[in-house]
Amino acid sequence: MNLMSSNAPAVTEKLSIKNLNFYYGGHLALKNINMPLYEKQVTAFIGPSGCGKSTLLRVLNRMYDLYPHQRADGEVLFDGTNILQPKEDVNLLRARIGMVFQKPTPFPMTIYENIAFGVRMYEKISKSDLDGRVEQCLRKAALWSEVQNKLGASGLSLSGGQQQRLCIARTVALRPDIILFDEPCSALDPISTARIEELIDELKQDYTIAIVTHNMQQAARVSEKTAFMYLGELIEFGDTKKIFTSPEAKRTQDYITGRFG
Amino acid sequence: MAVDWARYNRRKRRNTRTTFLCFSATVLGVGILGIILGTLLYKGFSGLSLQVFTEMTPPPGNAGGLLNAIVGSLIMTGIGVAIGTPIGILAGTYMAEYGRYSKLTMVVRFINDILLSAPSIVMGLFVYTIMVAPMGHFSGYAGAVALALLVIPIVVRTTEDMLLLVPGALREAASALGLPRSLVVRRVSYKAARAGIITGILLAVARVSGETAPLLFTALNNQFWSTDLNAPFSSLPVVIFQFALSPYADWQKLAWVGALVITLAVLALSIAARWLSSSRTTQ
Repeated sequence: MNLMSSNAPAVTEKLSIKNLNFYYGGHLALKNINMPLYEKQVTAFIGPSGCGKSTLLRVLNRMYDLYPHQRADGEVLFDGTNILQPKEDVNLLRARIGMVFQKPTPFPMTIYENIAFGVRMYEKISKSDLDGRVEQCLRKAALWSEVQNKLGASGLSLSGGQQQRLCIARTVALRPDIILFDEPCSALDPISTARIEELIDELKQDYTIAIVTHNMQQAARVSEKTAFMYLGELIEFGDTKKIFTSPEAKRTQDYITGRFG
Repeated sequence: MAVDWARYNRRKRRNTRTTFLCFSATVLGVGILGIILGTLLYKGFSGLSLQVFTEMTPPPGNAGGLLNAIVGSLIMTGIGVAIGTPIGILAGTYMAEYGRYSKLTMVVRFINDILLSAPSIVMGLFVYTIMVAPMGHFSGYAGAVALALLVIPIVVRTTEDMLLLVPGALREAASALGLPRSLVVRRVSYKAARAGIITGILLAVARVSGETAPLLFTALNNQFWSTDLNAPFSSLPVVIFQFALSPYADWQKLAWVGALVITLAVLALSIAARWLSSSRTTQ
């Protein structure tokens, strides 16, 4: 038996970003980005404000499509197909690549409906199966015990941390392949933050995860791979341990040691 | 601290003066409203009776009520709102959701603002030209269309404003679940903006239910009970106008009663609108 292959489970590229450029009107915001997202791993994006990390995340589910004058060229291969092609069905794509935002965004409807709403869009599902799915997702998001007796209450009645976990449950409910987190903890207190981090740690067993964060400790805690970006360029990408202990680029080291940014 | 007392006292006097002016302006505004309501109650309340709501408008010298005028107003306002509201909501939705960045939206917004402030008599003359003149007679239909034309710009404006208040993050979140635009609008944006949009419709109802000028050229008036929309149609504002200008004391009296009824109805609608919009902000 080949020990090498059994020790190191093959990591496959779930998503491959190749020669990606992104423009806001005439402004080039991402310059020739090349990197992968590995399956069932957490990839963290760090870098100073305005470096393009959120922009990059919003390319991966074609969120930028909602706005005029924003365009991308290059390739983003998702299971082998380039999602940047015009014929890509963006709704289906976004159901497969979920996104959790900086500010919790519960919909103005009940807790139950917040989750069931998206599921019904894509699946013909019986009431009892849907009930089961809602419970399962709320458990996955570590929210079930807090809301099981008030599923009919408005999603807006929850606290900020609970709302964010509801948004994660809502995303998980569609059973996506990839989940993108755009600074999911920046509006939350430390306890809620810790819960979300634990959650991300559990979710990576089933999902490929990308997380943008301003908090370097958070990146170090939750991720396997880290990408350091600066002024629209990918400066360094590699194992989180290596980026945080012996980065190759001087700018990465300066940022990590707090000399700028 | 070195205080320049002259300067400081000057500042204090100016403060007192300004506060007094603001207060007086408020008293003046509320006072005029109070006088209007008071006069209406004083002149109209004594004539208010069940008869007003059960009998037709009388010939001079006879007893009667305002039933045909009240029902006529309700029907024409109802049809006007039923025509104008869907058009207004759809246009407002296009402007805020689909065509937010398009040139067309800017043009429509500009024209809509002109319509919003256009004198209502112009709407009446317009409908007279396109409906009354070709048909050869005044009609309830023409009146309802004139009112609808007044409803549209109000509803367009409030719908667009209320949808623009819905945070973009909420739309992005719904899109991120893979929802198509139509569902994002219907299930998320409308839901978040519902109270505001309904408030806009109520304000439009309040506005058109008191309009007289556009009806004079379109529905005219009808002394008798008639629900034939293809014929001249009675309405409360026009009856008030006609009776108030008449030399007959009993008609003038009925005009006061009608004015009171319509004012109370509009007041109730405004309060309902205010209550709805405050329940939205506390949610």
